[in-house]
Amino acid sequence: MTDTEKTAGEENGEEWILRLYVAGQTPKSLAAFANLKRICEEHLAGRYRIEVIDLLEHPQLARGDQIFAVPTLVRRLPQPLRKIIGDLSNTEKVLVGLDMRPGS
Amino acid sequence: MQHTEQPGRSTRIELPKSPTGIQGLDEVTTGGLPRGRTTLVVGRAGSGKTLLGMEFLVHGALEFGEPGVFVSFEETPGDLVQNVASLGYDLTDLQERNLLSIDHVEVSRNDIIETGEFDLEALFIRLGYAIDSIGAKRIVLDTIESLFSGLANTGILRAELRRLFFWLKDRGVTAVVTGESGEVTMTRHGLEEYISDCVILLDHRVDDQISTRRLRVVKYRGTVHGTNEYPFLIDETGISVLPITSTGLSHSVSNERVSSGVERLDAMLEGEGFYRGSTIMIAGTPGTGKSTFGAHFLNAACLRGDKCLYFSFEESPDQIVRNMRSVGIDLAPHIESGLLEIHSSRPTMYGLEMHLVMLLKEVRETQPRVVVIDPLSDLIAIGTPRDVKVMLTRLIDYLKMNGITTLFTHLIHTREKMAPSDLAVSSLIDTLIQLQDVESAGERNRGLYVLKSRGMGHSNQIREYLITGDGIELADVYVGPAGMFMGTARLVQEARERLEAEARREEIASRQRELERERTAVEARIAALQSEFAEQEETVRRLIAAESRRQSTIDAETRAIGKLRKADASDDVKMVRATRGEAGEER
Repeated sequence: MTDTEKTAGEENGEEWILRLYVAGQTPKSLAAFANLKRICEEHLAGRYRIEVIDLLEHPQLARGDQIFAVPTLVRRLPQPLRKIIGDLSNTEKVLVGLDMRPGS
Repeated sequence: MQHTEQPGRSTRIELPKSPTGIQGLDEVTTGGLPRGRTTLVVGRAGSGKTLLGMEFLVHGALEFGEPGVFVSFEETPGDLVQNVASLGYDLTDLQERNLLSIDHVEVSRNDIIETGEFDLEALFIRLGYAIDSIGAKRIVLDTIESLFSGLANTGILRAELRRLFFWLKDRGVTAVVTGESGEVTMTRHGLEEYISDCVILLDHRVDDQISTRRLRVVKYRGTVHGTNEYPFLIDETGISVLPITSTGLSHSVSNERVSSGVERLDAMLEGEGFYRGSTIMIAGTPGTGKSTFGAHFLNAACLRGDKCLYFSFEESPDQIVRNMRSVGIDLAPHIESGLLEIHSSRPTMYGLEMHLVMLLKEVRETQPRVVVIDPLSDLIAIGTPRDVKVMLTRLIDYLKMNGITTLFTHLIHTREKMAPSDLAVSSLIDTLIQLQDVESAGERNRGLYVLKSRGMGHSNQIREYLITGDGIELADVYVGPAGMFMGTARLVQEARERLEAEARREEIASRQRELERERTAVEARIAALQSEFAEQEETVRRLIAAESRRQSTIDAETRAIGKLRKADASDDVKMVRATRGEAGEER
């Protein structure tokens, strides 16, 4: 990932599609969703979409994105695909993982 | 299932098992892997873990009606399909028929970032979904340790793995989990901590540039299992494990006898030959005709109609047929009729165990009544003496249990005694025939003797034998003061005996002539005496005649006198008598 790409993406206001895989309404999944929501509001306000997929309801979808742990956050767009496993409690790590520099 | 784990119970309930369908493995594990439980298969890279798992599923699907799920953490489904296609397994077809489901779980640390708490529920969901979609009874996780390389939080991972194995048990599927061998612990990440039901270790060792695969059931809770290391083979039909689980001596024996193929050798073995199902060794120095004895034995067996297998480590089948034809044994018709199969391979091609695994595989497939291994010493040369003894014990036990009469030829180098390692092997042999050169008077001859033959009163003679255009012929025995006579010495002895006989005949003839002369002499003397006697007799007779004439003259004169005196005729007679009497008295 180069700096130019990232800057371009943010400046263009490109839409981010984030998919959060969970398995039921567990404390972990609720925490993950809350953390994700907060981070997105702070850094991607207005240009993000979060899809939550409950694998208990759609087990067949786990295979497509190679999900084996929950919660898993997948950055579908912009390319390339990125994955973050866990309840997203460490904001710093989430930002690095999603290629979003804090304070931008 | 708790009951089987409690020792001391009076009623023993067999642990339910899932047969693997892998040649030999079910025998080692007495029936297969523990049903509804998890088995750990440990081995280094390339030791055959994946194949074992895949075979477990394929056989399960095709032979035991148990669909299976293969969860690969390393190879892609495409690679897996390709890899086992060479073994004749069509995984695509199995998938289409809903007998197999392959799921590839890609774990790569490069594109995974962890932050905070997580669990592996998604994996459980995936497995559960795959299991449910085809109604799987079996599952293979190959190799779940890849998760350790993808996830940094091993604390969570370990807890989740423990939960996973409980979950698998709960689901009631028979699971195989593979793991890489570790340096300190059995598996690199200590998977054996979580799996306590059954652990199988696969090993791939290279000794003296010869590689051997070995399998060991390290533990199998609640069942009897073979604890030895069993060599196994991966070939075009998949995995086969050397299936000998018991080295017991419980085989039944036969009283039937089979010919050695050499008539006069049979004569040395109570006139009937070997016992069927016994183990025979023909041991000899180079060039003593060991293989020829083997060929005789095979020929006789084929003529009886016995199915035979001949394993040669020195000659190709064609060469064997040609060479044996030169000594009058034609094996070609037996090969054509299918009674005889010759398998030739170089001893250095594989390790000892591999040879034995392949040998037993052939034996199992062919079901012969007679097996000839020529020579055993080539196999012995590629293993350590201890290995050899162990392996041969298993081999011989296997053959014996199946009632197969086995003839080994064995090359020995020392002329007088067998080497110690040979003796170790010889204790497994029922009938041991030793061939040896006898060097004397500038030539080399061949002699054989029955060193031992269990269960029969065999000959103790050393016999000379000749390899002729009609095969092996045992010569007559010539024993002299200096020992046994062989070759030209035997011919010389024969000649000498002929001469002696001649001399004796001469002697007798001359004695007879002498007797004859004596008889002639005696007869001559008898004739002389007889003629002398005849002469005397003649003289006496003449005298008697003269006397008689004189008497008749006297009588006539008397009668004349009587006549003159006119005496009665009868009176005359009386008178004559009286006169004669008187005359006699008077005289």
